[in-house]
Amino acid sequence: MKRELTCIICPRGCALTAEVEDKQVRVSGNACPRGEEYAVSECLHPVRTVTATLRVANRCDTMVSVKTERPVSKDKMPEVMQQLRNTQVNAPLFVGDVVLQEICGSRIIVTKTVL
Amino acid sequence: MKKHDIVVIGGGPAGMAAAVAAYDAGCTDVVILDREPQLGGILLQCIHNGFGLHKLGQELTGPEYAAVYAHKVAQRNIPVYTETTVTGVSQDRVVTAQNRDGILKLQAKAVILAMGCRERSRGALNICGSRPAGVYSAGTAQKLVNCMGYQVGKRVVILGSGDIGLIMARRMSLEGAKVEAVCEVMPYSGGLTRNIVQCLEDFNIPLYLSTTVVQIHGDRRLEGVTVAQVDEHRQPIGKTKRFIPCDTLLLSVGLIPENELTRTAGIPIDPITNGARVDENCQTQIPGIFACGNVLQVHDLVDYVSEEAECAGLGAVKFVKGQAACKVAIATRPGNGVRYVLPQTIHTRATDVSLFLRVTQPFGKVKFTVTDGETVLATAKRLKAAPGEMEKLTIKKEQLQTAKGPITVSLEEVE
Repeated sequence: MKRELTCIICPRGCALTAEVEDKQVRVSGNACPRGEEYAVSECLHPVRTVTATLRVANRCDTMVSVKTERPVSKDKMPEVMQQLRNTQVNAPLFVGDVVLQEICGSRIIVTKTVL
Repeated sequence: MKKHDIVVIGGGPAGMAAAVAAYDAGCTDVVILDREPQLGGILLQCIHNGFGLHKLGQELTGPEYAAVYAHKVAQRNIPVYTETTVTGVSQDRVVTAQNRDGILKLQAKAVILAMGCRERSRGALNICGSRPAGVYSAGTAQKLVNCMGYQVGKRVVILGSGDIGLIMARRMSLEGAKVEAVCEVMPYSGGLTRNIVQCLEDFNIPLYLSTTVVQIHGDRRLEGVTVAQVDEHRQPIGKTKRFIPCDTLLLSVGLIPENELTRTAGIPIDPITNGARVDENCQTQIPGIFACGNVLQVHDLVDYVSEEAECAGLGAVKFVKGQAACKVAIATRPGNGVRYVLPQTIHTRATDVSLFLRVTQPFGKVKFTVTDGETVLATAKRLKAAPGEMEKLTIKKEQLQTAKGPITVSLEEVE
């Protein structure tokens, strides 16, 4: 099976062609090795970093931004959001703080300092 | 009146990088003024990732990228006036600002303008219809959702396929809203290809090209929009009109450099970039006043904003130290297929100079040529070129030394 992909690793956005046969992926059109890695992952097991915000319970009208520390399976994105929706946190929070140990295989970390 | 070597107006990515670069180049008397309570600018509401791949070699979210630079500012003890709004800049580099302590006047040896840009609004589009609640600029909605935690709508149409519109399509979808459509009046998207993939295709959101919103419906709250395809003159085609029910319309229809201070100071503005005309040090045509970031030209990547700001910071230091550049300026201008070239003038002959430009429409494989009318100064090939993706070309100093007339950048499509 042949797939036309656009690499999303960097803003260059290379047009990739991936030929998939028996879990083997042949990639062309990539400008760097990350493109090949992306195409293989996109064909066999697509992943995305999910970013979201959580309400800071002890601060008025304040949200803190968070992300999955590692990319998670693309089809798990709604599940990640669902779990985050029910999560509240308390300040102070610092960039890199872990607020949840495990959602769909990734920790959830804070991306903005809220004092 | 307080005196400083360098006053930076704006504490977003451009202002922070400019101040840090100036400090590191030996000009430690530098201050930053910003109207918000904390440094970071618009990055603080851009919670998605993809920042810093070029400049920092890692993929960060907006607030993380801002934190990297805010940390550099703090490490150097660069004073920051927050919640301080600059109300005026004069050609003799007096900066007037206002905050809770009253009116502030600072005499600077050099001023760096880093005010960023703002969004084009509904008023600029002349969309007919009523004026219900539920019509937002995409960036406003982004701030409401990401910083304040409001759900701005449940059923959304987005006009404009610039990056903010695409990012918000994904964000609203993740927050549980249904994004019915993204409409783009041009026959191509203005956003980065990667955003079309990960913001629209991932969520099965349709992108309608050559399509615009022609009417807004609703009494108190938005009830829907009428969209129509447009012809090659961007005029709506009546028989293609259709109604899309929605409670929210997000407008992502372009960014305008925030140059009120620049204009009031009488600094010449380029009608294409809507930013100041500058030389290779980001110096405007008023000596000692520099501009960088989105106030100079709207960027697609913050990494390039930081780079440009460093250039402005170093330029300001050179000015403060009295290292004047060559007086004779060469103009640059866009040729075939090129919308603008920045810097608009080049003074130096002693260093390599980077030219930034945007093309007029999407192209396949192209070859850029930089000439002074007689000699080819530089060439570069690209597999594709699009208006949404800024291009950078470099002229070597050896070539500059012999450059005679105005420098033209043009492109031709190649096989």
